[in-house]
Formats: sequence, C-alpha cells, structure tokens
Amino acid sequence: MKSLAVFALAALLAACASAPKHVAPELFVVVPAKDGHIGTIVVETAGQKRVINTAFGAERIQTDGAVVQSTMTRDQVHAIFADAVDALPGRPASFTLYFLEGKDELTADSRVELEKVFAELKKRPLPDIMVIGHTDSVGGLAYNDKLSLARAERLREMLVGLGISGDRVGAAGRGKRELLVPTDDNVSEPRNRRVEINVR
Amino acid sequence: MNKILVLAAVVAWTGAAMAADIGQVKVSKGDVQIQRGATKQAAKVGMGIQASDVLLTGSDGSAGLTFTDNSLVSVGPNSVFAIDRYSFDTTTHAGEFEGSLKKGKLAAVSGKMVKQSPEAMKIRTPSAVMGVRGTEFVVQVDEQATQKP
Repeated sequence: MKSLAVFALAALLAACASAPKHVAPELFVVVPAKDGHIGTIVVETAGQKRVINTAFGAERIQTDGAVVQSTMTRDQVHAIFADAVDALPGRPASFTLYFLEGKDELTADSRVELEKVFAELKKRPLPDIMVIGHTDSVGGLAYNDKLSLARAERLREMLVGLGISGDRVGAAGRGKRELLVPTDDNVSEPRNRRVEINVR
Repeated sequence: MNKILVLAAVVAWTGAAMAADIGQVKVSKGDVQIQRGATKQAAKVGMGIQASDVLLTGSDGSAGLTFTDNSLVSVGPNSVFAIDRYSFDTTTHAGEFEGSLKKGKLAAVSGKMVKQSPEAMKIRTPSAVMGVRGTEFVVQVDEQATQKP
C-alpha cells in the first residue's frame, strides 16, 4: 500500500513537466521468441501509453524522465541482459494423448505413446506437470467439464503409477472450451478427445 | 539452539509453501534470496513461490522462476522483483500477474493468461507500468546510473 502511494506520487511528479527530476533510467525491449514470434508490450509512463511491437524495439526512460524509442541490435540487448536471459528456465513442453469417445480410457495408440512421454518427463529434474483434459463437443458444458477432469485425473493416476511423485502432478479439465479441431456443437471428433500433458 | 530454530523455520516455510504455490524456483545461481513477510531465505531450486514474495539477487546472483500459467520470469544480478498479485484459473485461463521491478534486470516470457486476455500481466517499474500482450521481453531499471557523481 505504501509503495502504491509512493508510486502515485512519482507519477504525479512525472506528470508535472516543469519540475526538475532525476529518475533511474529504464529500458524496455521486445525480444523475438525462438520460433520468430515478435510480441507486443505497452509502456505507460506519465500518463502516456506507447506500444512496442517490433524485434528489439526499445523504449528508454532517461534520468530527466524523457522517453526515447529506438531499435536495438541483438548484440546490444545481449550485452545488457545476458545474465537475466541465461537464467530463464527451460521452455515448457507439451504432449497430447487421445481418449475413447465418452470415456476416460486412452486409445490403443496413446497407451503406447504414454511410455515415450513418461521417458521425456523423467529427464527433467523436479518436473512440474499439469495434465489438462479436453473433450469433443458432444454433450453439454457441465457433462464435458466433468468428463475432461475425469480424463485428466485418470492420466495423473497413470503417471503416478509409473513412478512420478504425486505432488508434482496436477490435473484440470477444460471441457469443450478448447477444441483442437474446431467443429460445430455436438460433433464427435477423436482429435478433440485428449489430454495435454504440460511440463515445466 | 540456533540450528533448531532455523530447522523449525524451514519446516514452517515448506509447509506453508505447499498451500498456495503460484510458481517455483527453477534456476538459482549465486546470492539469491526470497523474502516472504519478515522472513528472508536463500532461494533453492524446487522452492515454491507465493503471491507477495520478493526475489532479491546479490552482485553474483541470478534466478529463474516458472509460474502456474507457464509464465517464465528471470532476474540478473543486483535485482529486486516483487510479485504484487497473482491469480490464475486453470479452467478459464483468466488471471492476473502484477510484478514490480524495483531495480536490476528482468527477462520474461508470458504465459497462458496473457494469451487468454492481453495485458493480464503487468510489470511496474519506478517510472512506468508495462502491459504485456506477449511474449518475450526484457526490462532494466538502472538504479546505479541515478547516483550522482
């Protein structure tokens, strides 16, 4: 609460253009993802919002409070941020397994696939695993929420049965909210009857 | 006697951490501390993170955290990063993540809540508020540069 008040005061001072000021210089940079995706950030300072959405697009707030936008190079960003970037944890990985219609039983193919997924999960030290169940669009929202959770919990039990510590695996259901293959309502679609296994 | 007290504190910490973890320490190099309320503790890999924890690094420190929506946040040396608010609904993907970089350097990759609703993640600095629409970005608050010669 106190920090909020301080922040509000700082914002007030920043808004008063004629007041002499001396702030810590700040730098905001959009970094392209490994897959080439370029994100967007919106930096609001002294009541002004500025959008940055280009590769290595940068905004600096100078000691006098002035805002300068520029484009940096990969090397410039690396020189400043290498320590922080190197400490980013490994990117989360995701696996998908499929279920029989209306049931919490894996398909024959996915039962085989589970062994491979398990081998991948075991490679990570202290894995955080989240199993997320999905359904196709057959049936109502409540029915599918329940079925998707049953699928996730069933898979969680299987992972624990294979030797992964139970307190490292969570389960959740998304019902029919996130169809892998978009369909109309009440369409039986095997590719939508699935669980995602996300590991961090 | 001191050892017993420390052990008791660790046990209490671990017990509390199980209750409402929003993330986890995955990388910890050099001097890295986590402040929770009045208690400060060296950050170890595997330790749980809770809303309102503060991550502090020394001159040789850096640390990386994962969050329940798959957001990743790391900090470099001489940094202070406070997690002001965090919530994430695993069913709807609604949530909010508000953090403050008081000083130092931060790198981040936004997660599922930002995919669901752009700018659900916000990073405050002494002079600005940054809304994150996705995905990878870095922020520096260069406190040393403000110290007058």
